[in-house]
Amino acid sequence: MIKVEGLTKRYDRTVAVNNATFEVQKGQIVGFLGPNGAGKTTTMRILTCFMPPTEGSAEVAGFDVLKKPLEVKKRIGYLPESPPLYPEMEVEEYLAFVARLKGIPSPEIAERVKNASERCAISDVSKKLISKLSKGYRQRVGLAQAILHNPDVLILDEPTAGLDPKQIHETRDLIRGLAGSHTIILSTHILSEVEQTCDDVIIISKGQVVAKDSVTNLTSRLRGAEAVAVEVEARGGTLDTTAVLDKLQRVDGVAKVTHRDARDGRHMFEIESQQGKNVRADLARAVVESGWNLNELRPVALSLEEVFLELTAAEKKEVTQ
Amino acid sequence: MRSAWTICRKELKSYFASPIAWLLLAMFAVIFGYFFWTSVGYFVTISMQSQMMGRSFPMNVNEMIIRPLLMNVSVIGLFLLPMITMRLFAEEKRQGTIELLLTSPVHDWEIILGKWLAALLLYCSLLGLTALNFVFLFVYGKPDWKPVVIGYLGLILQAGALLAVGTFISTLTKNQIIAGAATFGACLLLWVFQWVGGYETAAWAKVMSYLSVVDHFEGFAKGIIDTKDAIYFVSLTFLGLFLTARSLESLRWRA
Repeated sequence: MIKVEGLTKRYDRTVAVNNATFEVQKGQIVGFLGPNGAGKTTTMRILTCFMPPTEGSAEVAGFDVLKKPLEVKKRIGYLPESPPLYPEMEVEEYLAFVARLKGIPSPEIAERVKNASERCAISDVSKKLISKLSKGYRQRVGLAQAILHNPDVLILDEPTAGLDPKQIHETRDLIRGLAGSHTIILSTHILSEVEQTCDDVIIISKGQVVAKDSVTNLTSRLRGAEAVAVEVEARGGTLDTTAVLDKLQRVDGVAKVTHRDARDGRHMFEIESQQGKNVRADLARAVVESGWNLNELRPVALSLEEVFLELTAAEKKEVTQ
Repeated sequence: MRSAWTICRKELKSYFASPIAWLLLAMFAVIFGYFFWTSVGYFVTISMQSQMMGRSFPMNVNEMIIRPLLMNVSVIGLFLLPMITMRLFAEEKRQGTIELLLTSPVHDWEIILGKWLAALLLYCSLLGLTALNFVFLFVYGKPDWKPVVIGYLGLILQAGALLAVGTFISTLTKNQIIAGAATFGACLLLWVFQWVGGYETAAWAKVMSYLSVVDHFEGFAKGIIDTKDAIYFVSLTFLGLFLTARSLESLRWRA
């Protein structure tokens, strides 16, 4: 449904997207994952024909974004990062305006607006001014605007940003409900969001596609390696940190130990395990058997940066093998 | 074409949903009403005096009331038009709604035409207010209606041109105030260019006074349609709208 080849977008001096190539099949939900400024929004803006690429090509539903922008635009529903709403309009009035803009024939407009409002659960505010709506409602009005003309492709830029947990949950449900009839690309910088909503994930970092995989593969790869934080204290006297480092390093399955910080004689160590090894039990035993106090032992969630490092490292390994 | 009309209707609704249209209508009604009142008062005084002194040279309503009033409207327009165009694109850019417009299946020219037309229609509703005043002249006197119609045509042509320039300037910034101030400056310059022609006869001075808006309107106020003047306004309109289109396109490249 979406085909991107060698896509590059350069601004004055910076390269926002660098030679990105990927494909999205019909009916899939694909997550664009990457830190802020990675080029997610730029890629989406090129796909929606908001801006042209510097190099490379992008095709939506078989139409090139440069050669047939109108055909592409007809088939895309787009929710930008901040929903494009007119505060002085009523919800229903706004949706009717967008429907007309999208070229929906006049007799169908009322029906489509009603339908989209119901799917996005905004029927109860249809007569309200947009300026009076809460953030969650605004986001849903933005979403309703994107699905009005029943597009083949939905492009959602950070659809859950700035929402409270309940709203995030509702929005995710909504997006999942839209899958099947639409091909969806959504961007996010939250790993768990991708896990919960998407089939496939495309990881973008510094304008480049660093990984593209199914979510199940990605999570199993990530679950393989975990980091554990351990707080150790000497039982009277001062702690010999080198001894601790040495001891922990020798635990089976440990890849790397680092001394994070020390406060009032309590020392924090971070241990990274090798792929597929659970070292927590052995770590605890090693500390206690050496006569030190084990104050705390907890798994550390991998940050997005670490995920990238992990994935890119894995990728490189595969290449060299 | 349907999309242009969709956008035009939305713009008109926005104008009248915010205080701006009502403020402009109120200001214009008061200012024009004042001008009308004073010039009619002056006309009545003069005609009474000339009657008492026994002189009976013909007093002409068209020449003494309507023409100067139309000239005044033309100048007031220079001040009011920037307030009409300043929000057109600047506000869309600030709100991010420009992304909706530029990713909808519409041509850029449809967006531009719709917005420009809405601005022009708002100006026409301002002119409608002035027409209400003129109705009194037709009720109590017998002015010639042709120069009035031509004068209005001129006002609309002039507004079309300046609104096109204002629309273009509005695409250059996210800030309405900046767009308004810059448009006002441009309008003012297009007005005062005329002054050069008063003392200088070199070629550049002729070009400058040719560019002046007010000079081209004068003919219309007298009830004369000069194709040269009409062409000036129409080509300035096209230039403004063309630059707007270019600016939108460059917005896409830079965005």
